[in-house]
This record gives sequence, structure tokens and C-alpha cells, in this order.
Amino acid sequence: MTATTPDPPPPPRVRLPRRRGVELSLLLCAVVFSVYGYADVGLAHSGAVPPDVAGYGAGLGLLALLAHLAVRVRAPYADPLLLPIAVLLNGLGLVLIYRLDLETPADRAAPTQLVWSAVGVALFAVVVVCLHDHRLLQRYAYVSVAAALALLSAPIFFPAVNGAKIWIRIGGLSFQPGEFAKVLLAVFFAAYLAANRTALAHTGRRMWGLRLPAGRVLGPIVAIWLLSVGVLILERDLGTSLLFFGLFVILLYVATGRTGWIAVGMVLAGIGAFVVGSLEPHVNGRVEDWLHPFASIEAGRGPGQLAQSLFAFAAGGMFGVGLGLGHSTLIGFAAKSDFILATAGEELGLVGLTAIFLLYALLVGRGYRSGLALRDAFGRLLAIGLASILALQVFVIAGGVMGLIPLTGMAMPFLAQGGSSVVTNWIIVALLIRLSDSARAPAPPPDTLGIDTLTTPLPQREEAR
Amino acid sequence: MTLPQDLDLARTGGSRTIRRAAALCLVLLVALLVNAARVQVFQADRLGDNAANRRPVLARYAEPRGNILVAGEPVTASKDTGQLLRYERTYTDGPLYAPVTGYASQTYGTTLVENAEDGILSGTSPLLAPLPFWNDISRTRQPGGNVVTTIEPALQQAAYRGLAGRRGAVVAVEPSTGRVLALVSSPSYDPGVLSGTGSEVATAWARLNAAPAKPMLNRAIRETYPPGSTFKIVTAAAALDSGVVRDVDAPTGTPDPYLLPGTRTALPNEATGCRDASLAYAIRWSCNTVMADLGVKVGLAGMVDAVRRFGFNDPGLRIPSGVARSNFDTDMTLDQLALSAIGQYDTAATPLQMAMVSAAVANGGELAQPHLVESTTSAAGGVVDRTARRAYAQAMKASTAAQLRKLMVGVVEGGSGRNARIEGAEVGGKTGTAQHGVGNQGTPYAWFIGWARARDAARPAVAVAVVVEDTSARREDISGGGSAAPIARSVMEAALAAEGRGWPPSRSPERDG
Repeated sequence: MTATTPDPPPPPRVRLPRRRGVELSLLLCAVVFSVYGYADVGLAHSGAVPPDVAGYGAGLGLLALLAHLAVRVRAPYADPLLLPIAVLLNGLGLVLIYRLDLETPADRAAPTQLVWSAVGVALFAVVVVCLHDHRLLQRYAYVSVAAALALLSAPIFFPAVNGAKIWIRIGGLSFQPGEFAKVLLAVFFAAYLAANRTALAHTGRRMWGLRLPAGRVLGPIVAIWLLSVGVLILERDLGTSLLFFGLFVILLYVATGRTGWIAVGMVLAGIGAFVVGSLEPHVNGRVEDWLHPFASIEAGRGPGQLAQSLFAFAAGGMFGVGLGLGHSTLIGFAAKSDFILATAGEELGLVGLTAIFLLYALLVGRGYRSGLALRDAFGRLLAIGLASILALQVFVIAGGVMGLIPLTGMAMPFLAQGGSSVVTNWIIVALLIRLSDSARAPAPPPDTLGIDTLTTPLPQREEAR
Repeated sequence: MTLPQDLDLARTGGSRTIRRAAALCLVLLVALLVNAARVQVFQADRLGDNAANRRPVLARYAEPRGNILVAGEPVTASKDTGQLLRYERTYTDGPLYAPVTGYASQTYGTTLVENAEDGILSGTSPLLAPLPFWNDISRTRQPGGNVVTTIEPALQQAAYRGLAGRRGAVVAVEPSTGRVLALVSSPSYDPGVLSGTGSEVATAWARLNAAPAKPMLNRAIRETYPPGSTFKIVTAAAALDSGVVRDVDAPTGTPDPYLLPGTRTALPNEATGCRDASLAYAIRWSCNTVMADLGVKVGLAGMVDAVRRFGFNDPGLRIPSGVARSNFDTDMTLDQLALSAIGQYDTAATPLQMAMVSAAVANGGELAQPHLVESTTSAAGGVVDRTARRAYAQAMKASTAAQLRKLMVGVVEGGSGRNARIEGAEVGGKTGTAQHGVGNQGTPYAWFIGWARARDAARPAVAVAVVVEDTSARREDISGGGSAAPIARSVMEAALAAEGRGWPPSRSPERDG
């Protein structure tokens, strides 16, 4: 049905709020806040504002402005909170990494991180500008999953770094393909579940009071999930496998509305975690660390990383010791990546940490809100999936470094050092912007979407539209 | 499939499941926040106190430490190393003042004043805080304050030069106030070599600990020696106070040699003419027999009571560094008591203790609490605490003190302590030699305790105790007079010269009055 409606009825003149001015003011706040933090670190460290503070401010401001313009032109109805929160978290991460660089002058990470952030923002702009309808992605579900699996398995052919085979090194560059795979897998899960939702919910046999879906419907997705988790376990990337599992269960639940899935997921996760935790030595060590963070002290080998992390959080107390005044070096080599939250906890205190958690919560909440407001199943599931990725990731890494759950090497979104991570997170935010724009925009005439012209590779896709 | 997707989704509860999934995220967030509060607030103190947590140590060395002052000048300083444990201690005239300052080491902790006044020096003392409990509430520390000592550099140097590297110690106190004017232990060491971390510090530590001369031992306050004949002043005070002796010039009826009560052991004298000698003669020439007999006549209870007033058997003496307990046994047979009364048997005293004996005599029997810290100040120099003059005890009657002063002057004027004489000053003293080791094979300790008063001054300026391990010593009193008395004299001369020279600007009123 490609027919155009020659004379559309005038739409009701309800002026929908765009809130781009709000977004711009919040962006300004985010940049000012980051620049203030940057200056504060310099003051604490050497008693002087860093000479390049203006450059840093201008750079961050320029990135923010670029992103804002892209949103203003191409996604005018997008949620005004998403971009400022991302800029603030990214800016704060840069400040923390810059601050940690001062302790390790031989190993500066902030300039690289700034470059990667710029790349991330550029990709953000590209996604916002070029992807004018998120439903386009639905078409590439199988391409996505193929790419995700390829990316995930690639590091097997590269040497392990710090016990985990999750990096690809080419020349001086290294990146973590698992990061990109997250988004691709979310796209696939959303597309597949959107297409097979009805079959999953209404067919299959009853067993123990639970209706099991037909194997031919559930089979492929379980296979994909098992495959990715299997690869990750091979690579000892426990965090990402946990993340994929959580993502899978949440989307399955949202798509089918079956609480049973949550229960099944929990049970499976419990069994899997127990088996892996007790058999795999690398993971087993992490679990032991979590249960007995001070065991190495009692054994006379000094505090381990988790103990140092807990010491750092404790030193921060309620209000923190102040930016640049903590002793993050004690935490060791992962201070800029896995354990960057410990620096935040030590120097900004419980108050600062709560603020950071609330920023993430707002980001996630806004993602969920877009999901609620969207009218198509794929969009809903994709928004929920992307928001859940952020939520699960924050929980897993923050819970890990604070002794709530066993530690799994993962990057705190936007805060931690890591090019792949920051680029991926900017893409996630770009997709959420796109989704929120669709959710908040006035309903466009159906033909402009061009949805009906799409040929779908999904076998279960309804043809009846 | 006739239903549009959105209606279908709504009917299967899409919104409801999304809200539930959102609620799950909320639960995760709450778990994180509760856990953060647990670690950062409720467990913060326990984690902060964990012995493996280096943060308190890092905070401690993040700021320069306050200084220890001698005569208004710091004898310590801090050096910024740029290391993790950032500021290291340096010492000017380290070996000279080491028995006063002790060391402050990143690796080996603190000793002596560095230890006793650590709260002030490191800035954690509540005295430095602008408000009560400020440090606890704000979890901060103030800039390190300074410690002003009572040490007089001229006396300290005179004592240190006098010992000239021989094993021994010198303590000088101002009798009227208890201010410790000199505190020297020899051989000494530079505490600066223990500052910081690393192999050099570890090597220095190992070398100092292994050195046979034990340079890190503070002989002035942490080592006890048999006091030998200098203890006879204490016995004499006990005898006079208790009325066993009423006239110092009256014969005491003591035989020579003197059989230790209940034994067949004869106690000999190094001096001659001790048979039936008076107390005055016994002190001047150091008669063992007379003093042992007087100790027995005073009795165990009387002697124990008397020595306690001088500071013996006090384990809690602090100046503010802890002082080793000087010993006089409280449970002895009479022959042991006789030996103890002449500073033998188990009697042991720190040089500071013997300086206190001398000071008590010099100060009319009243013993002032000895102290090494005049005051403490904030980093800006404002006084936060001043050590008030405190009486330690009335060690003896004023009349007894007056009689003993006369006897001690006699020792210096015409007895075994002639080497301590100072032109134009009244000097009292008592020499001593203590044998020790198996069969008395060890190098004997030469002792001198004394005091000096300028002719025109109302009261003695200084009381001093000197102990030297002297290889050249042979005869009992010649030794103390030979090697210890000259050191005491030079210290006392320095004290008399320093008196009235104007530092510190406001001396304690006792002195000015």
C-alpha cells in the first residue's frame, strides 16, 4: 500500500512540546559542571586551574552543541533529558580519568578518552541524522545477530588481557567487540520477539502450570542466546554474559507478559551462576573475593582490589574527600576502568554517588517511558532493551565494586575508560533519542513512514498489513 | 492476524509488563543505594580502621608534620618527597637531639616526643580543632602544630660534647620547675635516616638495631643502671627524715667492716676512716658501711616509702615520653636492704631518676614533676597548651634538704667530687661507681649527680645526673669524680651562663620571683 492520501484532514492543532530549549540549558549546565570539576581537580592537585581548562570546556561544549543540533534538526520531539545526562556523565568520566591520570603520569588515558568521546558523539549525530525511523532496524535483525556473533567470537583469536579474552588488538588500537554486540543483540531480540510475540504467548504445551512455547518459535532465540553466552564464558566475560541473560529475560517477559519467564530465568541464572562460579577458576576466584573480601589481608598478602575498593568507598563517607584528594592509586591497575566508581565514591562521597546513580536511573527511566509511549512492538522492545542494558550494566558493575554481588569486569557506562564502551553508549543514547522522538512526536501520516514498503526477512512477520 | 500491533500489545499487557520491568530496575537502584549507604556510612569506620587500609597513613603524611622546637628554633623539618607517603621528617643536629625528639618514620612509626606529641605534630589532636569534635565530624585534620621543648641547647651541647661518644647519658633539670634542660644519650644516631620508606631506611634500621653500642637506646630515660653511691643521698634523706640521724656530724656507731645482717659477709669500704663515722663524713667520702647500716636502721618500710617520694617504683612517669621504672625492691631481707641502701643489689635508676634526686635536694625537698614539653602551639604559632608546673612529691623535709645540700657541697668542696667545682658558684654533688656484670666483670658505671647555684641567685639553676660507662675506672669514687663529674661541671657551667640570658622570654614565675 504505497498510495498517498491526496488531501489529508487537518490534524488537530495541539502544539506538542519540543523542549529543545530545556535541553540546551541542561546541556550548558552539564558542560559547566564538568568544567568546574576539571578546574577543581587542578586546584586540588597543584593549586592552580589547569591551563587547558578553556580548551576542555570548549571541546566538550562543541561536542554537546553538535549533538544538540543534530537532535534539534532531526529529532525535535526527543526527550530533552537524555542528551544532557549523557554529556554530564561523559564529562564527569573525563574529569575522573583526568584526575586519575595525575597519579600515573606515564599512562595518560584522558586524551584518548576525549577522542573516543568525540567519535561517540559523531556517531551519535550520524545515527540521529541518518536513521529517521527506528523501524528500519527491524529489517536488519538477522544481519545484526550475525554481526554480533562474529564480533563476540573474534577475541578468541586474540590473546587474553588480565584474564579475560574480550579484546581485539590491531596495531596500537584495541577494542572490546562485546560492547557493540550489546546493541546488535538488543536489536535482534527486539525484532524477533516483536515478530513472534503472539506465538510465544499463545502456543505450546502446558507443563507444570506453565505454558511452554513451541520449540520452533523459542528454539532459535534460545540458541542465539546460548551461543553468545557460551562464547562469553569461553572468553571469561562473566559480566557481559550476565547482561545478555538479563536482557533476554526482561525482553521475553515484556513481550509475552508471562511472569513464569522471570521465574524460569531466575532459576536458570541461579543454576548457571552456581555451576560456573564453583567450576571455572577465574570466576570462582571472583566469588571467593566477594564472599571474603579481606581474606588476602588475613592471609598476610595485603588487601586485594575489592578490599581496596571498599576502603575507598568508606573513606569517602557521606560527603567525600573532595575531587583530586583521594588515594585511588591504591586500587591498582583497573582504577580508570572497572573501579572508576570507587574514585567517585571516595572523592564525591555517598552524596555524589547517589547523584550519579540517579542520573543513570533518569536515563533508564526515560528509556522506559519512551518504550511505554511507543506504538509499535519493536520500538517498545528496543527502548526497553536499550534502557535495560544500561540499568543492568550499572547494577552489575556498581554492585561488583561495592561488594553487593561478585565482581565482573565491566565498564561503567560513560564514566569508565574505554573507547568501545563510550562509543557504544553514545549509540545507545542516539537510538533512545530516536525512539523518544517517535514516542513524543505527533502521529505522522502512515505513508511517510514508508513502513509498508519494507521487505522483511523475518518469517513470522505478519503480512496482513 | 487482524489486530493492529499496538492494540495487540496493549491487550497482552505490554504496558503492565513494561511497568513491572521498570519496577525491577527500580529495585536494583534501591539495592545499589542501600548498599552504598552501608559501605560508606555504616561500615565506614570499621573499614577505615582496618589495619591493611593505608589511607590513614597516607593522610598522615600528606601534610608536613609540625616541628619540635628547641630554644625557639625548630630542630626538625619536613621534606616533600612527592612519594605516596609524601612528607618525610628531617632533623637538624639529629644525633644531638635524638634522645629528645625520637624519630618519625613512615616505616617504623614514632618514638619519644614524636610519639608522645604525635596528635599535635600530625594535626589530629582535638586541641588544634576550631570546635570540639570538629575533626571527627568533618573527618579532617588540622595542619600539624609545633612542640616547644624545655631543652637548653647550650646544656645539651655541653653534655653531648662531654660524653664524646662514650656510652652514657646526661640529664639536667631545673629544680624549681622540673623543666628538663638537657637530655643526652650516647652514642647517638641520626633519626633522619629512618624517615621514609625503602631499602635505605630498612638498611639503616637493621644497622642501628644490630650495633653493639645500641645507639637507639635512650639511656637517659629508658635504661636503668645500678646507681651505686649516688643512691646514698636517698638513704641519707630517709635517715634524716625518719629521725634515725638527728645530727649529721654525730658518730653513727657503725663498725668497719660491717657484717651484713644475718650473714657472715663483710661489707668493705673503698674509703678510709669510716668506722663510727658521722653521716657527713660518710657522704663526703662515700662510706658503704655507714650508709648500709643507716638503711637497715630506717627499715624496709621506711626506705620504700622514702624512695617512692623520689620517683622510684613509679611505672607511670612521663615527661611526656614514658620513663622506665626505677627500681627499689619492696620485699627484701635485711642484708639485701643494706646493699640496696648503697645503690647495689636490685636497686636500679634511670639517669633522669637520679637527676630528680638531686633536684629534690636542690629545691628544698620539693620535687617538681619533670617535663620536657614547655608548650604546644598550632601551626600558626598560637599556644594551644602549656605545661603547668606541677609538684611531683615532697621528697623530704625542707630541713633535711638543707642539711643534704650542705653535705653535697662538702663532697664537691673537699670530697670525691672536686672535679665538679665551679668558680663563683655553689655546687653540690655526689659521685658513684656501680659494678655490674657477672662477677663485676662489666665496665663499671661512673656516676655523678649534683646541682649548682649562682652565688647571687635565690635557688639552684640546675640539677644534673651523669652516668658514663668508663673503662678507666678503678676505684669507686675516683671513677665518678674522674669521668662523670667534669661532664656535669660543664653542663652546670652552661646552665649558670644561660641563666638570665633571656630565653625563653618569659621564664616561669618561680624562677623570676
